[in-house]
Amino acid sequence: MSTQPPRDRDGRLTPSPPEWSTRPALPFPEAARKGLENEVQRANLRHATGTIRTKRANVVAEVPHWEQLRSAGEAIKNRTLRHLDQHLETLEASLTRAGATVHWAADAAEANRIIVDLVRATGEHEVTKVKSMVTQEIGMNEALEEAGIAAWETDLAELIVQLGHDFPSHILVPAIHRNRGEIREIFREEMGTYGTPAPEGLSEEPVDLAGAARTHLRNKFLRTKVAISGANFAVAETGTLVVVESEGNGRMNLTLPETLISVVGIEKVLPTVEDLEVFLQLLPRSSTGERMNPYTSLWTGPHEGDGPQDVHVVLLDNGRTNALADPKGREALRCIRCSACLNICPVYERVGGHAYGSVYPGPIGAILNPQLRGVGSAIDKSLPFASTLCGACTDVCPVKIPIADLLVHERHRVVEEKKRHQANQFEPAMMRAASWVMADHHRLEAAGRASSLAGKLLPIRTIGPLPPPLSRWTQNRDVPMVPEQTFRQWWKENRDERA
Amino acid sequence: MSARDVVLGRVRAAIADVPEPDGPVDWTYGRATGMPDVVGRFVERVEDYRATVVRCASGDLPSEVVRALGSTGARRVVLPTGTDERLHRAIREAGELSVVVDDGSLTAADLDAIDAVVTTSVVGIAETGTIVLDHGPGQGRRALSLVPDRHVCLVRAGDVVSDVPEAVAALAPAVRAGSPLTWISGPSATSDIELSRVEGVHGPRTLWVVVVDD
Repeated sequence: MSTQPPRDRDGRLTPSPPEWSTRPALPFPEAARKGLENEVQRANLRHATGTIRTKRANVVAEVPHWEQLRSAGEAIKNRTLRHLDQHLETLEASLTRAGATVHWAADAAEANRIIVDLVRATGEHEVTKVKSMVTQEIGMNEALEEAGIAAWETDLAELIVQLGHDFPSHILVPAIHRNRGEIREIFREEMGTYGTPAPEGLSEEPVDLAGAARTHLRNKFLRTKVAISGANFAVAETGTLVVVESEGNGRMNLTLPETLISVVGIEKVLPTVEDLEVFLQLLPRSSTGERMNPYTSLWTGPHEGDGPQDVHVVLLDNGRTNALADPKGREALRCIRCSACLNICPVYERVGGHAYGSVYPGPIGAILNPQLRGVGSAIDKSLPFASTLCGACTDVCPVKIPIADLLVHERHRVVEEKKRHQANQFEPAMMRAASWVMADHHRLEAAGRASSLAGKLLPIRTIGPLPPPLSRWTQNRDVPMVPEQTFRQWWKENRDERA
Repeated sequence: MSARDVVLGRVRAAIADVPEPDGPVDWTYGRATGMPDVVGRFVERVEDYRATVVRCASGDLPSEVVRALGSTGARRVVLPTGTDERLHRAIREAGELSVVVDDGSLTAADLDAIDAVVTTSVVGIAETGTIVLDHGPGQGRRALSLVPDRHVCLVRAGDVVSDVPEAVAALAPAVRAGSPLTWISGPSATSDIELSRVEGVHGPRTLWVVVVDD
């Protein structure tokens, strides 16, 4: 039984998240404006995404059959999702046979309850974590904090985010919006409160900053009794979980503690061991732009004399079946969280990840969040429009998710939803009026004459800001003044031989 | 209703529209990737990760390992159970090093006080410069090749395959038998600060690979 870590100045065990992240997210256009105003972040992102785009392009070009590999990734994921129930039952049976305990969670609250209970049963008051999107998605750290359990992030970027009272802004590099100078300040100010302080005279060289993180976390690794991970893949046939990482913090967590709890989204399942050959080629080249990431761990339940002997797996739905039920939307469930679509996206590069109001930012977030959470909230209604539909994301996706098509699909869902709730609103009424006018050429010509009269009488060339509801259009663009002559009048005078 | 029934029920309802049967997956598993010199490419690709790679004949292995440990500045070294007797003796007789043989009782803190580990491996992957351990005899439990800061890793030239598909095919029986696997591509690294790669975070900061020609 461990003693509880000390409380910080806020009365908490771990650094508090930013205040804004605990409130409902702003709609994308408002949040994007804030992101655009952050010049340091824009410079950091421009540099970082530019670097990684080049690296990815180079290592992808090395693989002559890359397109075939993408198609195989797509096909394997599709086949698996088509029979997801059977694969999940196989996975459960294999895990149980291997000596792991399987738990099912329909939503975030249920998953967090299971995790809190499992940690409490060990008598421990702190856990260390492998970087994991799914535990971010369910807000596990805060659930543990409320239960009096400290959850320590051990991935370098997650550590920067946690110590910086910040929120992740990228799937792979959650602190991509921070530069080395900012990171040094965070380490100097915060490390001492939560463990081994930063060394005196810490420089802002990345190698020194990484060294400070190594020292800060070493004690936590050596004493930790419980670790929590996600999984990149779960092999149904054998019950093998796979974690792909770089720093070795994953290996520390998967190897040194007594208890290991892995939270796995139900879409992570792959049927056989052999399927890994496709994804272990696609993922590292697409995400970090490396031929292979430094470390990949595979484990199948507890292994006698090696690593945690108490192994738990929490299989999580949390909206995934909503996406699965949508014949188009289910394509988003193929996502392997590589973040290639973020790095290539001109919108993401400029506004940053926080504007997307979720742990899944960028193009994939713009389709995944509305799929997982529905289109009820202001942010989820606005996300499908957070794109120019340029299609670069679709081209780089290693599992061929047609992201641009799905963005259009999500826009349609948002509009349908709006129509259901706002039948008497301005836009539909205007569309009905326009439809009535255009249905008959006499009406259209009369309307044309009326508008060209306005063009003759008003001495302006463009229409500027207008009152609501037209302001939604005119706040961002000028509308050209209606011409003095309609096209039909011009045709009659210049081209129509019957006239 | 249990959470299991809820989730599986939702999954079944969600895919009720899916017609049988499945289309084929257009992919042949386990194929080799063509390359002129498999071991040569392996050496080149491991070096790309800023690891040190040396090649030697099997007769020279003990002296190469002693040299590797000396070059990395190691003082205390841990050897897994099942380490080759000849190698073990050579390291002991080198005199400079204090040698610990893992009997499973070393704690993480004990391992943290040890400078280096020497392990074998089961597969090398040329295209990606990857070494795979299945933690059988001579490779040690997973903590052994993780906590000490220097890893001297032996790879038999005959165990090097062209690419990931051949490697997965070779490793599948070990996975099915329940062995954990560790894939290692260079020393521990991070790109989390401005996406520039820095070697050396939590895993061994020095990786020294000895390729043994049979």
